[in-house]
Amino acid sequence: MPFNIIVCLMGLFVMLSIASTVVFVLKKIKPQKDYKELSHRVKSWWIMIIIFSLAMILSKKVSILFFGFLSFLALKEYLSMIPTRRADHRVLFWAYLSILIQYYWVYSGWYGMFLIFIPLYVFLLLPLRMVLIGQTQGFLNAAGTLHWGLMTTVYSISHVSFFLVMPKIGGLVAGNGGWVLYLVFLTQFNDVAQYITGKTFGKHKIIPKVSPNKTYEGFFGGVIVTCVLAYLIAPILTPLSPIHSIIAGLIISTAGFIGDVVISALKRDLGLKDSGAMLPGHGGILDRIDSLTYTAPLFFHFVRYLYY
Amino acid sequence: MNTILRYIFLNLFVRLIVNIILGVNVRNRDRLPEVGPAIIIANHNSHLDAMVLITILKQKAMKIVRPVAAMDYFLKNPLLSWFSQKIIRIIPLRRDVKFVKEDMFSDCYDSLKKNEILIFFPEGSRGEPEKISVFKSGISRISEKFPNVPIIPVFMHGLGKALPKGEAILVPFFCDVFVGNSFQWTGDRGSFMDMLGTRMAALEQEGSYL
Repeated sequence: MPFNIIVCLMGLFVMLSIASTVVFVLKKIKPQKDYKELSHRVKSWWIMIIIFSLAMILSKKVSILFFGFLSFLALKEYLSMIPTRRADHRVLFWAYLSILIQYYWVYSGWYGMFLIFIPLYVFLLLPLRMVLIGQTQGFLNAAGTLHWGLMTTVYSISHVSFFLVMPKIGGLVAGNGGWVLYLVFLTQFNDVAQYITGKTFGKHKIIPKVSPNKTYEGFFGGVIVTCVLAYLIAPILTPLSPIHSIIAGLIISTAGFIGDVVISALKRDLGLKDSGAMLPGHGGILDRIDSLTYTAPLFFHFVRYLYY
Repeated sequence: MNTILRYIFLNLFVRLIVNIILGVNVRNRDRLPEVGPAIIIANHNSHLDAMVLITILKQKAMKIVRPVAAMDYFLKNPLLSWFSQKIIRIIPLRRDVKFVKEDMFSDCYDSLKKNEILIFFPEGSRGEPEKISVFKSGISRISEKFPNVPIIPVFMHGLGKALPKGEAILVPFFCDVFVGNSFQWTGDRGSFMDMLGTRMAALEQEGSYL
């Protein structure tokens, strides 16, 4: 386990401890205000970060399993939210099975297969399975929504784990895990930064029809904070040059915002507030990894193009 | 021996399926009974229904819970019969019309007298997935005999998608369980069935945003 990863994970726990202290103090100073959601949020963060840290520290296998399980939970949440056809029971079983296969390609480091398995083979084969069942009513809807879900929850998220099997290159100060930690930390922190700057300075709504709480101030606040952090942490975790690290910050903050509002649009379409109830204070798994579904593939290909 | 097998089966195997493969959100879990006698009434869509209801109970209640289930289905071969009666501890119920005039619920009465918790599916059969069919009035006969035993209505959503009637493959879905406030015998069978119907409809509404 590279020393730099341990240092960064420790840094995360220090940040969490500060957050917990702030919540504790807030509760003491203003007992009349309701801090339930905030305190639930911080508690959920503790659990998520402890699990994530364990996954990062234990071994490459465990990390890949962790992201596979994350995809499984996200796909399950997605399929539980959308209307599915009774006839597609077995098709959904195959869709779940594709998670195992996709992460096996990751584990084996077969880049080409990893890249085309879901967009090509699954895309072609699941409709075939549907046709064999023979229910044509609602076919396009079922095939389309299922594939969208697989691309979002399985294909996109698996890009995070593919960093772990990339070849060794010079300047990898924190090993391949450094990329993962860099991407996941910046994506999640960008969410928090957008939320906080939005709450503090937010005035002008950016996309009121989809997400009425999102403001220009929040968005740009997130971009600035994320770019600064991306620049500062890059030397500890990655071989990114200063200019590349700032571009990475721009990609992650912008893509993270888009991922967030895309999942918001999905929930709005379905008439839901949260995607689930797994993480108290946050909602469901999809609410937490919505940004990652956009940042992971984009950051991955940015890095791969420049450094591999 | 069977007690140990039952403990292992419910706490390892069923819990693994219910919590990791499926994932169950229980609303108002504290309304579930902790001691008997009590009757849990739920809608029925899947074989998973009883499993989920058993595992969301506290350990103490889990020991005394008895799902009421069709004799013709669960006792059809020796293995299933052993498993149903000794591991799941069902109370077998004769559904054939001839016996209705006899007291088909006498085993349920004995169980309630022993302070056990009954799980009762008044739809009688799993039926169409994710649809409530008409409640049969048998449950009102039990309540009439035990007017002080609390009735706890439970509405379950999603299990009929995970393992519907006629499917052998379980497909993961998040499921929601809504536990209602308990009520008791209302004085006559008609009003009791009305009460049950309204309570279940209200619970279904609670989850209608899903």
